[in-house]
Amino acid sequence: MKVMIIGATSAIAHEVSRCFAADNAALFLVARNAEKLAAAADDLNVLGAAKVETYVADLADLNTHAALIEAARQTLGGIDAVLIAHGALGDQKTAQQSVSATLELFHINATSYISLITLLANHFEAQRQGCLAVIGSVAGERGRGSNYIYGAAKGAVALFMGGVRNRLAKVGVSVLTVKPGFVDTPMTAHMKKNALFAKPAQVGKRIYAAMLKGEDILYVPSFWMLIMLIIRNIPERIFKRLNL
Amino acid sequence: MSRSYQSWGNYPKARNQRVIPVHWRDAPPDLQAVDGSVLAYGYGRSYGDSCLNENGTLLDITPLNRYIAFDAERGLIRCESGVLFADLLQYIVPRGWFLPTTPGTKYVSVGGAIANDVHGKNHHVAGTFGRHVTRFELLRSDGSRLICSPTENAELFRATIGGLGLTGLILWAEFRLRRIPGPYIAQQKIRFGNIDEFFAISDDSDKDYEYTVAWVDCVSGGNKLGRGIFIRGNNAWHARLPNKSAAPKTLLTAPFDLPSFALNLHTVRAFNEVYYRALLSKVQRKIVPYDPFFYPLDMINEWNRFYGKAGFLQYQFVVPYARDRSAIKEILRQISASGVVSFLAVLKVFGDVESPGMLSFPRPGVTLALDFPYRGAPTLRLLDRLDQIVRECGGALYPAKDARMSPQMFEASFPNWRAFSQYVDPKFSSSFWRRVTGQAASGK
Repeated sequence: MKVMIIGATSAIAHEVSRCFAADNAALFLVARNAEKLAAAADDLNVLGAAKVETYVADLADLNTHAALIEAARQTLGGIDAVLIAHGALGDQKTAQQSVSATLELFHINATSYISLITLLANHFEAQRQGCLAVIGSVAGERGRGSNYIYGAAKGAVALFMGGVRNRLAKVGVSVLTVKPGFVDTPMTAHMKKNALFAKPAQVGKRIYAAMLKGEDILYVPSFWMLIMLIIRNIPERIFKRLNL
Repeated sequence: MSRSYQSWGNYPKARNQRVIPVHWRDAPPDLQAVDGSVLAYGYGRSYGDSCLNENGTLLDITPLNRYIAFDAERGLIRCESGVLFADLLQYIVPRGWFLPTTPGTKYVSVGGAIANDVHGKNHHVAGTFGRHVTRFELLRSDGSRLICSPTENAELFRATIGGLGLTGLILWAEFRLRRIPGPYIAQQKIRFGNIDEFFAISDDSDKDYEYTVAWVDCVSGGNKLGRGIFIRGNNAWHARLPNKSAAPKTLLTAPFDLPSFALNLHTVRAFNEVYYRALLSKVQRKIVPYDPFFYPLDMINEWNRFYGKAGFLQYQFVVPYARDRSAIKEILRQISASGVVSFLAVLKVFGDVESPGMLSFPRPGVTLALDFPYRGAPTLRLLDRLDQIVRECGGALYPAKDARMSPQMFEASFPNWRAFSQYVDPKFSSSFWRRVTGQAASGK
């Protein structure tokens, strides 16, 4: 297995990488911070990865995308599966006061995804097999006052992925949109933890299984499917009054 | 999965603790910027208050759970301090290695194992965990990061092993593993009728058995005083049975806090009688997976909740073995006469392998671990009485399990604590440390 992990220092992505490493996959890790990337790579080497290559890139810079995908293809000798997992939750309250801050948050969580997915979709379409997995969010299903910039970006990615899935289904490529609920990671370090929070290891194992099985949409933990079914069906005239 | 950041005994309960998770060894938090004192916190398996920091900050090290390097030839592993023993075992056992020594639960971190210089059933041959540590990196509050080993920063190395997390934050550690033929243990259980029989079996076992421990019935008095079951074993040579995995299975989870009357003299007496009698022959031989052998209590998730909301107190002491065995007998007599019940009582003879830490607990002698449901003043009074006996015999209490010893008792247990305290980081403190040194909250 030749696997590329984009945003490899994210806690969820790293847990997925660990599953691949334990199955002796060759890994190509992309992230912004070289030291953190090295720590992640050490761990995966010990766990049994056939090979771990690292690549430092600022994913907000769209000009890096074609080059990093080409580098992965060269060093691994092909790409069987990709997980895109980078991103920033941002601070809604600060960002909503400024157009540039809002668009910056949208850029890293949506535009950069659309760029990578476009390039990778073409790669997989030509290859006629493989798995393209992307971390979305339950936050992308409904606009909420407390988190709508991040939510809108994740929603855009989910819609875009739906189209790509429809296109690539014809050539047998699986396209997975992961929708995690709350996960206890650095991204949520500032939040008060309650019973809804899942551990990254548990979420990572589930994503790994879904990638191998070729699932389409994955709510993880699975009870979020039910929660979101209810949330999606609250009429807007009531929903707009809620503090969410 | 909300975390409570209390200790395993649920007594005492720490209030007003802030938590900072530590995610990266190369980007640790700026400790100078933290208000008040700090203390590393892993999986919260210390029983008393040595892992608590009331009105202070806990540094949650559980995200620091990455491996750094593994030398499969020499069995040398380097990993971050938040790596859980349970996860490590899943990685090393199939590769033919085991922990150099392990406490009775696998839900502890590597950092915690060093900070408490933990011991296990093979103490008489292997010594404490700290003996197998080759080096680690320590983050001090001034931002410096020091590699500590027996040759580099050697004093800080000895202070940090068994140093209760007070010398700084361990970012990663390297230690030696033990070769095993497979995941099974050839176990023997032997019934003994009283404490003298225990010592006879123990003396007899130490040469030929890697692992020894005993369960003691603390409720029965008279001629049954100190009866129990001796458990000894070696790694089984005919391991690796096909199609059989030693994968840990959790039998059940304590569903909720039991009401406090559930564990009383009658239920414990009944349990002890059944457990003692269940061993039909005097000696029982069996090949068992390593998991139930080393971690019988881990089979029940959150077993501490059986003690109810009030929590429980562990009491583990060591008394010198050489002098005589009257101390152990006297303590068993006191407990049995007091009517206070200890559900679990574990007895072991420590070997004379020297502990490397300045504040390490294990020393040559015999150690007994007891736990008592917390019932307020009567429980505390009984333990004070036991303290006196332990002190008179030149014994010591185990800080990792303590929630109530006095500064005097601490001084008696660790006469060199003042020498140790010069290595304590000025920013680091714990509820335990302030209690036994008689300090007010500090950590400017």
